[in-house]
Amino acid sequence: MSGQEALFEYLLRLGDNALILGHRLSEWCGHSPALEEDLALSNVALDLIGQTQLWLNLAGEVEGKGRDADKLAYLRDARDFRNLLLVEQPNGDFAATMARQFYFDAWHYLLLRDLTGSKNARIAEIAAKGLKEVTYHLERSQEWVLRLGDGTEESHRRMQTAVDDLWMYTGEMFESDEVDQAMVREGIGPDLSSLHEPWLGLMRSTTDEATLTLPQPGWAQRGGKRGIHSEHLGYILADLQFLQRAYPNATW
Amino acid sequence: MYAQMVKTGVDHIQSKEEMSPEERAFQDRVDQDIKIEPKEWMPEAYRKTLIRQISQHAHSEIIGMQPEGNWITRAPTLERKAILLAKVQDEAGHGLYLYCAAETLGVSRDELMEQLNSGKAKYSSIFNYPTLTWADIGAIGWLVDGAAIMNQVPLQRCSYGPYSRAMIRICKEESFHQRQGYDAMTKLARGTPEQKQMAQDALNRWWWPSLMMFGPSDAESVHSAQSMRWKIKINSNDELRQKFVDQTVPQAEYLGLTVPDPDLKWNAERGHYDFGEVNWDEFYQVIAGNGPCNRDRLRTRVKAYEEGRWVRDAADAYAAKKAGRAKAKAA
Repeated sequence: MSGQEALFEYLLRLGDNALILGHRLSEWCGHSPALEEDLALSNVALDLIGQTQLWLNLAGEVEGKGRDADKLAYLRDARDFRNLLLVEQPNGDFAATMARQFYFDAWHYLLLRDLTGSKNARIAEIAAKGLKEVTYHLERSQEWVLRLGDGTEESHRRMQTAVDDLWMYTGEMFESDEVDQAMVREGIGPDLSSLHEPWLGLMRSTTDEATLTLPQPGWAQRGGKRGIHSEHLGYILADLQFLQRAYPNATW
Repeated sequence: MYAQMVKTGVDHIQSKEEMSPEERAFQDRVDQDIKIEPKEWMPEAYRKTLIRQISQHAHSEIIGMQPEGNWITRAPTLERKAILLAKVQDEAGHGLYLYCAAETLGVSRDELMEQLNSGKAKYSSIFNYPTLTWADIGAIGWLVDGAAIMNQVPLQRCSYGPYSRAMIRICKEESFHQRQGYDAMTKLARGTPEQKQMAQDALNRWWWPSLMMFGPSDAESVHSAQSMRWKIKINSNDELRQKFVDQTVPQAEYLGLTVPDPDLKWNAERGHYDFGEVNWDEFYQVIAGNGPCNRDRLRTRVKAYEEGRWVRDAADAYAAKKAGRAKAKAA
């Protein structure tokens, strides 16, 4: 794999995480527990859609085959998507959505913070913009983990279930493959394993305060980064890509 | 118009002589265009009518999130998706300001939500129609927001301070939505033959329900006359409908689309378009609960509200615990 190919893969991962999680959050709009949450979840979704455009446009430039963010988002099949398994998991109840968000936001925050020091100026610039947004995402999802964990008996039970159920999708975030290693060598991205301790620290302190039990390390589901997804992704793409597929070459 | 056929509870318009001194002083302030603020004295019928009108508007914003929300996950580009999501988000925001405006009149958001969920409160008839294709999203922005603006722009000058201020904020965003809707329609109308067909089909289906949004003629209605006297209604339904037709027909022509009304023609003498009769039977059926989507819209709303109850309860319980801990610490 050439340096350019690895960089293209790396940017797809960044863009696809934002795209798929933004899509999942947008499913809540109009169905959330309170109007304030319709507003807040949509804000996070909008930030992620914005980040998707930046990452995938850059990916298209690096690839050099004339694909822009829309072509990459709307005209690839599931096997070519590079997002983490975590972000494609269904919304479930509000606790599941918030557990997924908190796991992701904490990792996303640490990753973008490191990427602001990337040797690739374009990546550093996008990361800096994203970091401001993600700082707020993390505050919000952390606050909800506390509220639900330490709220009522029912919310505690639901939050604990969500934290447990999604735990097996977190390991993938810290595993490096040849793409990640190439990024480390070129000073473009961080060693993902270095994010694990700070991430775990935040998980421990938050779950403690929320009166929740952090699951034990266990078997990690993996594959998203290589395009081996759960069955859920295909349905997301069927929705997302419907118009572009049904009316090829139309402009909207 | 997001509030339709709002009843005032009066059976005739009082003359100044019939009014109590308080009522007369109130009407004088309204006549002089002095804004009425929440803490001031106001006739009970004025208060109740405003609650009905503002909450109907708020409910319309909230239910209106559904037909458009139906296309958020299927929007055709990342930009269109962001625009649509931001628009539906604005509607939640409008609902929120309007519930806040209603709360200044002594009713809580929870009470109003219960009225909506129980089917007691009404919302605009238009949101009981389905969004079948992407072009419907353009048509809603163009026609439905366009019709809403017709009514809401004059309401920026209405007599009740909090409502007037909410309208000023809402109108800015609505006119933005209307331009975005028209822009989406323009892309379709200039697009492939299938896209153009999609745009025409959306206009065919949304035109008449949009005209119904203004409500039946209210020239003879004592409620409308009273609301106009109170300056919480500024123009008659027919005036607003005519204004909407006059504004929208040239826009349709510019897009190369045909308005689905064989009786539509320019009347040079009147300086307005003449247009055909709205099917008011359909309108009354829709507001009675028999529109294509009434049941689904309400069920979806109730489901979100009920399924969110444990979350709201948890947030309250957590806030109470936190406050308790802060108090214990301070003691």
